[in-house]
Amino acid sequence: MLVDGIKSRPQYPGLTADAFAKVHVFAADGDGAQAVIDLFERQGRDINGRVIVVYADTAPGAPDYASRLEALPVELVHCMPTVATAITRLVGVLNVARMGTRIYASGTETMIGLTVQLAQELGMDPATVITEHRGSRARRVQCVHCKGMTENVTTNIVTCAHCGLSLLVRDHYSKRRAAFQGVCVDAEVRGEIPEITEIFK
Amino acid sequence: MNQEFKKTTFRDDYTFYNSPESIRRFPFPFWEDKYMYSVNIEPHVKGPAGSVYEFPIDINEHYVSEMADRAIVLKEDPLRCQALPHMMLAQWDFLELLMTSMARDYPQWFSLTTEGDHWHWINKPLGIDQKFTFGDPSTLPQEPMEYIGRQCQGDFSIQDQRDGQLWMDAGIITTQADWSLDFDVGMNFMEWHGPVPLAHDMKVFDRALKFLLNLQLGQPVRRLNWTMTINPRLDTSPENFHKWGSDRTTVTPENVGDKVHLRVELQALFRLPRSNAILFSIRGYLIKLRELVTVPKWGRRLPRVLGSLPMELIDYKGITRYRDTTLEWLAKYDDGQPTSPGGGPD
Repeated sequence: MLVDGIKSRPQYPGLTADAFAKVHVFAADGDGAQAVIDLFERQGRDINGRVIVVYADTAPGAPDYASRLEALPVELVHCMPTVATAITRLVGVLNVARMGTRIYASGTETMIGLTVQLAQELGMDPATVITEHRGSRARRVQCVHCKGMTENVTTNIVTCAHCGLSLLVRDHYSKRRAAFQGVCVDAEVRGEIPEITEIFK
Repeated sequence: MNQEFKKTTFRDDYTFYNSPESIRRFPFPFWEDKYMYSVNIEPHVKGPAGSVYEFPIDINEHYVSEMADRAIVLKEDPLRCQALPHMMLAQWDFLELLMTSMARDYPQWFSLTTEGDHWHWINKPLGIDQKFTFGDPSTLPQEPMEYIGRQCQGDFSIQDQRDGQLWMDAGIITTQADWSLDFDVGMNFMEWHGPVPLAHDMKVFDRALKFLLNLQLGQPVRRLNWTMTINPRLDTSPENFHKWGSDRTTVTPENVGDKVHLRVELQALFRLPRSNAILFSIRGYLIKLRELVTVPKWGRRLPRVLGSLPMELIDYKGITRYRDTTLEWLAKYDDGQPTSPGGGPD
């Protein structure tokens, strides 16, 4: 019924330093911290000016990313407990951002997606956010029927957390919604549901 | 077309049907006995009298009924009409194009008089008489796109042009073939076409985008697209897919002719003068297969096209479940005779 390889699926080419930026704002969650650390190892001398990190400390197994981030030549690391609180903090950081600010996002697709969405809402070109995927491939899915968001989806089919319909998770992605699209999978014959497999690990 | 407007429905009891004249002017989309994607764009120029191409905006016998259906959709789901804040100028461009076209081409139904920015619009079929100030949204009951979109057949999206891309930043979409404006709003041309199979690899969208970025004011273009719909349902939105999807299982050899509809979109693109945005009009036409086969050429050709469609397209268009039943029913209308080139009736 639906196809793979949809073109609206975001690409995450990897972090590279913007040598011309005056302020560097990093938004990361979980293993995304390692992408920031790797960037500083690789291109640290290209990162000039102020550096601010907003980090959602969600990595499993407590690898102590927070203190490793603080050991970098950064002005401040905002260490937050969840993606949601990190995004709220990011709003505060970006609200006072000026010309010459570069945004980097690394970690889960959800963290990257919400950062890009926020940048767009603040009037920046979403394509200018530099991104790198690390860690879980779990998706944020919007139910096309009730519009509710279901977080951390790892299976091809998921029950909508709001209206309860069984949703097929498509590759069709909206930057504005920061979500993949979920469409009722058994609309033609209720209860006729393909095998459920974990594909977004 | 100087007919009465029909009062039919596109939901519940589904009383929609076409008059014989409406069948004859149906924009049959297959110009040969097979179908594949192409950038089949041509100038949107004046066609023969009575045809759907006679005027840039086609108003036909279903006008009043379609507008009633749109009002129901918007009442139940206001998100079918959305415009990003920077699109207000384009909304006025859109309103101007529709009002001037409709009043010029259908003076028996619509009239527009203007004195500077003071405009007076009369829509007789819908009983509307509105004075407003062009450029001042507070003088209309809705924002301009929604206001005029509620009074014109067809779905409309408005594309902003920037960074060498087209961005779908506004639209009033209530009769869509399974795509969501609410999800796609703000996407660029490549992104919103993302789910379409095959065509990306054929570079169809690259070429189409390049062409459209150079679209000129006063030189609109058009193409036909098509799908199939069970029951004459206009609102085949993904939002309501869980309500209408099961219709696809209701096709039987006995009801094919009445239940299965060919749905054709006459898509036209207009450059807008002030905003430099592009208006995309998606004017849908429905025809029951029983009506379609009254034109012998179409009865011959449709089974040949459906029988040779690539599997990806059958799936994408949602035809899978009822294609075989439909083909069996259509078989008796294909006597094996050759068909003439082009889509029109012989």
